[in-house]
Amino acid sequence: MTQQSSTSKTRRPDRAALGIAAFLAVLAIIIGYSTATTHGGSVTRIGPAVFPYAISIVLFILAIWTVFEAFRGEFPEREAQAPGPVLWIVGGLAAQMLLLNVVGFSIATGLLFAATARGFGKTKLWVTIPAGIVLSFVVWVLFAKGLQLSLPAGPPEHFFFGS
Amino acid sequence: MDTFGLLFQGFAVAMDPMNLLYALIGVTLGTAVGVLPGIGPALTVALLLPVTYKLDPAGSLIMFAGIYYGGMYGGSTTSILLNTPGESSSIVTALEGNKMARAGRGGPALATAAIGSFVAGLIATIGLALVAPWIVKFALSFGPAEYFALMVLAFMTVSAAFGDSTLRGLTALFIGLALGLVGQDQLTGQARLAFGIPDLLDGIEVTTLAVALFAIGETLAVAASRSSMDEKIEAVKGSIWMTKEDWSRSWKPWLRGTFIGFPIGAMPAGGAEIGTFLSYSVEKQLAKKPEEFGHGAIEGVAGPEAANNASAAGTLVPLLTLGLPTTATAAIMLAGFQQFGLQPGPLLFVTSPQLVWGLIASLLVANLMLLVLNLPLIGLWVRLLSIPKPWLYAGILVFATLGTIGANSAVFQLGWLAFSFELAMLILFGLFGYFMRQFGYPIAPVVVGLILGPMAETQLRRAIQISQGDFSVLVGSPIAVTLLVLAVCAVVIPLIMRARGQGKVLASLAANED
Repeated sequence: MTQQSSTSKTRRPDRAALGIAAFLAVLAIIIGYSTATTHGGSVTRIGPAVFPYAISIVLFILAIWTVFEAFRGEFPEREAQAPGPVLWIVGGLAAQMLLLNVVGFSIATGLLFAATARGFGKTKLWVTIPAGIVLSFVVWVLFAKGLQLSLPAGPPEHFFFGS
Repeated sequence: MDTFGLLFQGFAVAMDPMNLLYALIGVTLGTAVGVLPGIGPALTVALLLPVTYKLDPAGSLIMFAGIYYGGMYGGSTTSILLNTPGESSSIVTALEGNKMARAGRGGPALATAAIGSFVAGLIATIGLALVAPWIVKFALSFGPAEYFALMVLAFMTVSAAFGDSTLRGLTALFIGLALGLVGQDQLTGQARLAFGIPDLLDGIEVTTLAVALFAIGETLAVAASRSSMDEKIEAVKGSIWMTKEDWSRSWKPWLRGTFIGFPIGAMPAGGAEIGTFLSYSVEKQLAKKPEEFGHGAIEGVAGPEAANNASAAGTLVPLLTLGLPTTATAAIMLAGFQQFGLQPGPLLFVTSPQLVWGLIASLLVANLMLLVLNLPLIGLWVRLLSIPKPWLYAGILVFATLGTIGANSAVFQLGWLAFSFELAMLILFGLFGYFMRQFGYPIAPVVVGLILGPMAETQLRRAIQISQGDFSVLVGSPIAVTLLVLAVCAVVIPLIMRARGQGKVLASLAANED
């Protein structure tokens, strides 16, 4: 069941690994630039800029190191990925994020529940959405009413608990 | 007062009915998450942080510790019956344990794992109680330079020493350190890397990052993985009790596992995995019937499981006495302490002895609870494994977002769009965690870097300020020098080992199955 890491080095250089190196380099530059352009802070011997510069430099070195490993094909073999489920789940999270303050916790989170289940192969949305909303409502009652956690309320919450 | 007097006082705290209840909730939750593949103790504690914000500090910390211990117990169940380790530290258990289960000896395998975990937890927790005051005495003399050196050592062992790539470990660590920069500088109040976003001034929320990397990242990785999901749960057949021979073959591995696991957990060497691998190979060397290894040798379950639990207790030594987390779970527990305004370290033993000793005593209580929960109720836990994946992961995401919204429900305005800022971060870091998994980057160093980075920076700057700009203060004491030399070794030695092709030693142990 474990896929043996194949010895055949097909991709050389490893494009994705080069992408990671680029990401690290950009991150290093952002940190360096942002630190260089903020002024102020008290003048101490070792001020608030020293650590960011150090981290920025190390990240840049790691980016170069990553380029080397990309060319030598030292990154582990990657499993084939199915993009569909990822899109469903991220879509569910995004929907919850945008709807949370509009329709309340139960409905928004119920949609996330259904989208995640869809990502794992449960396609019957007319079952999973109501199930998700009921579960989220129970969770809302437990945590918002029981433990005083501040979770946004929407129509179902208002219906049962007034405004 | 001597250790036993303090521990006795601790028992008075632990026996408080509310604290007993917290411990029970903790170990139950911990066992459940340990059994379920995909969620571990680190994630569970992270999820509970915002929920426990308004609860009693001692009770919450007792609950967190219970989750940690419980996770170590529960992980073995999954390994034995499913051959899918629930936790990384249970990988070795799967080697022999699953073979035993297939041979119809799942019961004794679970029993030796549970009793071994109990024995190890008991001895190691007493070890923690005995060792802690010594380290505290020693650590009270530490200055900023020594703390800085200690943190550098922890950074290096967590990221570079183990795992399969120095580069990827260090990259994960430095991304964590970079994330730790975001927000107001602790000493001067200077805003750094906030890009004018007010929500970023408080820094990146530990809970959000941990939940995103562990829960969202893992869920996406499992969903996207095309590899078949035809895992087979081995039914527990026959008696769950161990025979006389099982007992006589188990007790020595339990003890050996404990004495291997505890020091490894206690050293800033990161992770319970190493102890389990070591214990496995020791048992293989010493076994009277080495030919049974690979076909279900009970020693191969007893030893590593004991080592696993002993190192969990060991990890609490640096966490409580030095404030130094060496695993992801410990890092998040540190965040839990900080949430209540408590800073673990030598001073905590002086200022809140009730809390510290109450916590240690309740670990002993939790350990006993776990034995009771695990042996007779094993059938119940096994049933958790049959929850269908869609429901399981959908539920995990509901709770993951619940904790995140609860931690910070502030609404972010972007033009006409209004959304929860923390959820946006959650999605961002969740995708990041997914990509990290895909490319074989370790997750724990990011979390440790985020939490420990600002602490290390503060210590470094304090040290330099005290010495009035003289950087040689960092190597000014024998302790600091020793720690820094060890830190360099932690990076260089594995690098050489990997270059000479010996780095596969650990990987091969886990991979040559089936």
